[in-house]
Order: sequence, then structure tokens, then C-alpha cells
Amino acid sequence: MMETRKPLLLSLIDTRGGIFLGAVAAATILVPALALMVPPNSAFALPPYLVALFGKYVCYALLAIALDLVWGYCGILSLGHGAFFALGGYAMGMYLMRQIGTRGVYAHPELPDFMVFLNMKELPITWWGFQSFPYAMLMVLLIPGLLAFVFGFLAFRSRVTGVYLSIITQAMTYALLLAFFRNDMGFGGNNGLTDFKDLLGFNVQAKETRVALFMASSIALGVGYLIARAVTQSKFGKVVIAIRDAESRTRFLGYRVETYKLAVFVLSAMMAGVAGALYVPQVGIINPGEFAPANSIEAVIWVAVGGRGTLVGAALGAIIVNWGKTFFTGALPEYWLFALGALFVIVTLFLPKGVIGALDQFKVRRQAAKNSGAATPTAAE
Amino acid sequence: MDVAKNSLLYLDGVSVSFDGYKALRGLSLTLAPGEMRAIIGPNGAGKTTMMDIITGKTRPDEGDVLFGGSYDLTKMDEAEIAELGIGRKFQKPTVFESHTVDDNILLALKAPRSALATLFGKPSADTRTRIDQILEATKLKDHRFRLAADLSHGQKQWLEIGMLLAQDPKLLLVDEPVAGMTDAETAQTAELLREIAIDHSVVVVEHDMTFVRDLGVKVTVLHEGSVLAEGPLDVVSADPRVIEVYLGR
Repeated sequence: MMETRKPLLLSLIDTRGGIFLGAVAAATILVPALALMVPPNSAFALPPYLVALFGKYVCYALLAIALDLVWGYCGILSLGHGAFFALGGYAMGMYLMRQIGTRGVYAHPELPDFMVFLNMKELPITWWGFQSFPYAMLMVLLIPGLLAFVFGFLAFRSRVTGVYLSIITQAMTYALLLAFFRNDMGFGGNNGLTDFKDLLGFNVQAKETRVALFMASSIALGVGYLIARAVTQSKFGKVVIAIRDAESRTRFLGYRVETYKLAVFVLSAMMAGVAGALYVPQVGIINPGEFAPANSIEAVIWVAVGGRGTLVGAALGAIIVNWGKTFFTGALPEYWLFALGALFVIVTLFLPKGVIGALDQFKVRRQAAKNSGAATPTAAE
Repeated sequence: MDVAKNSLLYLDGVSVSFDGYKALRGLSLTLAPGEMRAIIGPNGAGKTTMMDIITGKTRPDEGDVLFGGSYDLTKMDEAEIAELGIGRKFQKPTVFESHTVDDNILLALKAPRSALATLFGKPSADTRTRIDQILEATKLKDHRFRLAADLSHGQKQWLEIGMLLAQDPKLLLVDEPVAGMTDAETAQTAELLREIAIDHSVVVVEHDMTFVRDLGVKVTVLHEGSVLAEGPLDVVSADPRVIEVYLGR
């Protein structure tokens, strides 16, 4: 078999990935065009609230891809990925708080309102440096990455796997939820961080800023997908799948399983952090509620609905489920949780490989039908 | 210590117990470089526990386990021991089901194992030819692009043996390679193992006496966690203690 050398980037993109990236690129161009260039009274005009809503979906899609990397490919069912998302969000929120400056209610040049309210005299160490955008962006990656590193190092080295690992990831996010609720943690307690004014000098409420944030989010989704794809297509990715399929066999082949798990977990946590950081300016608030275990579990449902171990499916699942959530919470607010539960049951029973898996199966079946039809052309009539 | 120095694998006085149950009691075993050895014994004799100890999965309570005369296996973990050159085949065929036959071999092939090397490294030039050789030896050439999950039971056993070959270990530990195989497959497997034994040391654990006879090598009989008898199969199977263990009083 001759191997043709393609440029690295092209060799990563298969048909499904191509369609996905095409859709992401189209959204990156179309949403700004419809929001900014179409006159507001036209039927095609996109109101700013929809731009922010789509931006939110895109951030969730990136979180889903991050989760798929650990769950779908490495078999680590993390029920605490919302924690990494929220930490990335807090890092961005802290930057946005420091940008408010004297425009706060108490007009303190350095301390955010809630600190003045809590009688804090000076900025806590944890907040130092957050007035700088590059520093804040570094923290968006480093803080989730560091937490994942410490947590993963301890858990994987002790060979905690399966449901026990899932439970401690859940405990991790719950512990953070409780910690961030406390006022003396210095992160705004119950109310979290809000009343953001501007980002890099642009008003966060402005239509143009929202559009730019949407574009940044969908570019992040595309780049995140490509990184995840590059990792899963490499030999490293094959080892990761091998760990999912037969962990001890991988170990007896001489691979250091805990290092591989740790690497994937940290990468995934950083991607989740980026998703959270892009999410916060678009929704305008970050509070401890984002650490709620239910959020992390919902993210797992997105991945299951879309089809785990496919990356594209995870992103698709996040968008389908959240679109459903927007629809239901608007039309029949009381029934959303029932609908979500029913969805999970239906997917588990009828689409064990998710939407993408079902599409693949459909294609295989149609191909088979076509082949048998070609063999006996009269039977097709 | 001369015996230990000149041996490939040296176990002396190895004991281990699980929750008070003594799985191994003072097991001693010496394997010369290049030797092939069959290990037999009734259920619960400690065969699998012995393999767990050699490969670093279980730590012994006491006793020495030396590899190549100098490496203390009781202080190393699975990955280190595998890097050292000990390969293991499980009792139940364990392959990577969602990878192709080709990728299964590729992952086993001797190459740097670190995460950085697999993420950024390029495969070495002879990767292709080595995979071809192994697929040839294990009669899996026509199945290379199939998923391992779709192989028959016997083919999975061979694939796993192929993965062991790809690792190119100094010592192969093979746990019940012919369990669930047809007679023809069993004979072919014996032949394959004999070929492998030409340039590797092999320890085979097996219940199937016909298979052990086919191998025609020195046999060690384990019973209740220690060695009961050792020697050629004919001598061992004539030993009254072995007969008693196998047939009952």
C-alpha cells in the first residue's frame, strides 16, 4: 500500500470533520453578517440576544468536545467537567471585574464592589494580575489545567477507575461549589461576579462585541476540534483508545497508563476552561451555580446524545440538547427536566451510539441495501 | 548466587497471601536463558498469581524475583517490567477490540513508549516490514484491516501472541494459549510457540496435556502454591504425588 503524504492539517479532516468545520466556518461568517449588516427590521436580522444564545451553544459544544476526549476516547467518565469550565469562567470574570474600575457603585479604583461591601481593605493575592488580559488568559488555561493535574495525578496513580473515579470527580465539583459560595473565599460568594462593563476596552453589551465574542467562540470550537482530532488520530490517541479498551493489556505492553490519562485529562480541562472563559462575557455573569454537579451531568448527556468517541457528535449533541432546552424552558418550563430524562432514556435504549452512531448505521444499511439491489436489479422494483 | 546470576528468571521462596489465603508458599523456580518451560497444575495451584508477580501486578510478601540475574522485579511496576523485556499473554484473549489488527500490532511494536514520543514521534522506517512479518507468522495477513473485535476466538489468541512477538521481549509468559481452541488450532499454536522459542525464552501455563506433550519441553508442576515436581513430562506424569494431585486420593 502506497502512502500519499498530505499536509498534516488536511490529513486530519475526514468527510464528517469537513462538514462540521464547514458548518462552524459558515456560522462564523453568517451570524455576524445577519446581526450587523442586515437592517434590524428585516426578517433575516439576528437580534443580539440570539447572537449571545448561539455563542453560548458554541461554548457548550467546545465543553462537550473536551469531555468526549476523556470519556469517549479514554473511558474516564468525568462527572465534574463543569468545574474546569467554571474555573475558566471565573478567571475571565475576574479580569472583567478589574476592568470596571471606578464605574462600580462604590467607585473604588481597585476593589470590586463586593469587596468594598465585605469591608475588605486590599485586593487578595488571588486577584493580583487579573487587570492584565494576557495574565487572565494564561490563568484560564493554567488554573483548570493545574487542578486537573493535581486531581488526576493522585487519582490515576492510585488506579482509581470506573464509577469510583466518576464519584470523586463529582465530589470535586461539589466541593468547589461549596467553597465558592463562601464570601471569605473572595470570589463574590453567592452572587458571583457580574455587572461587567468592558472587555479589552469594548463594551460587553454592545452588539459588535457580542458578535466578536461569537466569532471568537466558534473559532475556538474549530481550533479545539482540530486539536482534539490531531491528538486522537496520532499514535498517542491510539494508545488512549487502547487504555479504554483494555487498560491492563496496555500496561503490560509497557505504556505508563497514568501518564497518558493525566495528559488527556489536563488537555481536556484546559479546553473546558477556554469554553468557560468565552461563555462568561456572553451570559454576563459567573456564580458558584456553574459548579453544580447537575451541570456536569448535563454535559455528559450532550455527549451521549451526540455519540461519544466521535468529537463531532459531542458538539452536535451539545447544540441539539441546548436548543431543546431553550425551546422547552420557553414553551413548557415545568417539563424540561422530564424531557431531559426521557431523552437520556431514549438515547440509551435506541441510540446507544448517539445521533452520529445512528447516522453511520443508517448509511451502512443503505449501502448494504444498494449492494444487494445491484446484484438482483429486478428485486428492487 | 551463581544460579541466580546465570538464569534469565529466578524465583526463590516467593510467598503471597490474599486476605489470609496463601496463594503462593515458598515457590522457587529457575529458567535458563533461551529455555521454554511448561507449567501445569490444578486450579488454584498459583499459576496465574505467579505470572502476576513476575509482571509486577502483585507484590510478593516475601522471596526474591530476579530477571537476568540482576533486576529485582519486586521493586518495579508493570510498565518498567514490560520495558525490561517481559511480555505477557492473558488467559482470556485481551486485544484492543476497537483497533484494527494492524494497529494492535503497531501499538505492541517495540518503540518509545512515552506520551511525548507517541504524540510527536514519527514511526521508524522498518515499522511496516516488521508488522508484515508478524502478521505472516500469526496467519493474520488477510485480516489486517479488520477490527480485532470481529476476529474469531482463535484468531484473537494469535493476535495476542503476535502482539507479544511485536514487543520482542526476552521472556514471554503465556497463560493458557489454547483454551477454547479446536484441535487443529491447538496444533498450529504449539507449532507457533515452538518457532517463537527458537529465539525467545517462554513460560507456558496450560491445562491441556496433549498440547504440553506437543511442546515437548521441561515441565514444572505446581500445587498449592509451590513446586511439586519438575522434569520431562513422562517422568513427571509417572510421579505418584502428581497423579494423586490430579486424580485425587
